[in-house]
Amino acid sequence: MYLAEHFVQPPQWTWYILFYFFFAGLAAGAYVLGTLLRFSGDPRDEPAASIAFLVSFPATVICPVLLTADLGVSWWKFWHMMVDVTPGDTGLNFKYWSPMSVGVWALVVFGFFVTVSAFDAWLGNRRGAGIIPMVLNRPFNVLGAVVAIFIASYTGVLLSVSNQPVWSDTWVLGGLFLASGLSGAAALLALLIRNRPDASFSLGRLHQADGYFSVLELALIIVFFITVGAAGTLAREVPWLPLWAIAVAGVAGSLVEARGHVRMQATGGSGTVAGVRLDTVVVSILVLLGVLALRAAVIFSAQ
Amino acid sequence: MATIKAGETYGFFTDTSVCIGCKACEVACKEWNQLQGDSPSFLADSFDNTGSLDAQNWRHVKFIEHVPDQSSTAGNGAAWLMMSDVCKHCKHASCMEVCPTGAIIRTEFNTVFIQQDVCNGCRNCVAACPYGVIGMNQQTGTAHKCTLCYDRLQGGLEPACAKACPTQSIQFGPLAELQQAADVRVAALHSQGVTQAQLYGRDDKVYGGLNAFFLLMDKPETYGLPNAENATLPSRNDLGGYLTAAVTAVLAVIGGLVAFRRRGMG
Repeated sequence: MYLAEHFVQPPQWTWYILFYFFFAGLAAGAYVLGTLLRFSGDPRDEPAASIAFLVSFPATVICPVLLTADLGVSWWKFWHMMVDVTPGDTGLNFKYWSPMSVGVWALVVFGFFVTVSAFDAWLGNRRGAGIIPMVLNRPFNVLGAVVAIFIASYTGVLLSVSNQPVWSDTWVLGGLFLASGLSGAAALLALLIRNRPDASFSLGRLHQADGYFSVLELALIIVFFITVGAAGTLAREVPWLPLWAIAVAGVAGSLVEARGHVRMQATGGSGTVAGVRLDTVVVSILVLLGVLALRAAVIFSAQ
Repeated sequence: MATIKAGETYGFFTDTSVCIGCKACEVACKEWNQLQGDSPSFLADSFDNTGSLDAQNWRHVKFIEHVPDQSSTAGNGAAWLMMSDVCKHCKHASCMEVCPTGAIIRTEFNTVFIQQDVCNGCRNCVAACPYGVIGMNQQTGTAHKCTLCYDRLQGGLEPACAKACPTQSIQFGPLAELQQAADVRVAALHSQGVTQAQLYGRDDKVYGGLNAFFLLMDKPETYGLPNAENATLPSRNDLGGYLTAAVTAVLAVIGGLVAFRRRGMG
């Protein structure tokens, strides 16, 4: 049986990168959810969509700050990611095979979409109409959501495209971080809209969507452990099992909450779900902690 | 040795069978490259107090205590393996593949070099290097490793470590000449009954071939070197990673649409 052997040094990607992965997942997930809510065709989903676009803005703004801070004393050379300053060979940097290179450009493009959509949502809330006509808003959001999906997932691919133990022993991290980011964003939105009468129409639907994302996340967590186990580096996960437990608890909370809302729909009920007493606040915080714990477990187990 | 010319491929042939662990290479490297070295430490790991290659140690003599079950024949002992480790200057370099800034380049001597003024300390190369060669200099905030004494080569001088090696365990020269010398040496060892002697990185099975290749007295893993099966480039995971993300994205979007298409929710 093939067992991976690693003789690498750890890159010391720690807290800044952990929180970058966390906020990038939430920002991208929120943008995707805002787009999907807008596509529901029900105007009652528009307030929640608006909040999704608004919340994705601060979560995105913090990302380049964290990435720059991670460079330490070389922080002022962050722009070298985009511009090659090699004497005699200057020009733009873009390596399609290097997720870090593509990711930097994607973050710039995503920043544009987020800024425009958030401004549009802010103006829409204040004046009743945004800067982009609705007929153009949807295609604009779709393009932004495609970039958002890349942002939420490339961080996992970036880890895999290395020679580090655990990270390079699996191919699921891109999908896992995407599913987790979407789940976290759904939980965050649920948290934000729970007391907003104008947006509460979308609350149950967000929990349902979170349930679907959590099913995907759970499946990918299982595949992660299978692939890492097959490579012979599963033992590295043992010290981080408490973090994995938090991540799985978040997934379980999402699933229980979603199941409750599906039952409520089936019975035609409204308000608090009978038999399911998990409060949105508790579940949402648990899910968000799970999103952070999952990334921490993956990042630290390799280093 | 012959004149060092730009456009030709140069490298090291490190013959571990004659390494005596004197660490003259480590000292010469530090002296020429003005490396401060790490804080003195006692690692209790054989004669090794360097630990590993990093930003301050571009040469590292490994001591591998390897006592065999059976006694060795005269002149054939292998109880203590020593090896002067260094950047391999891979033909297909993992560090160069992932570097997003273009800081890692090939020089006119076909060696792998990190441009300090271009590097921004992202550490992607550290995560990628399968040999654990690259380290971060906290003062400069940039990645450092062996330059194969680029400045000395430009001046027509051989690298400091090879110059200082008293047993010619470290040989420097044009790669083709070193490969021929290595073939002769391993054949001689085999004819003497030293059948475990093997070349590592001489052919293209490991990262397309290494400019700094080795004659080993045991399997590569014993020395902390990935074997041919494990010598893989980071980009091998590009396709699988993005494909999984794409499938997840499709399923997630379908799930989201199904959830948000439902009517009459409270």
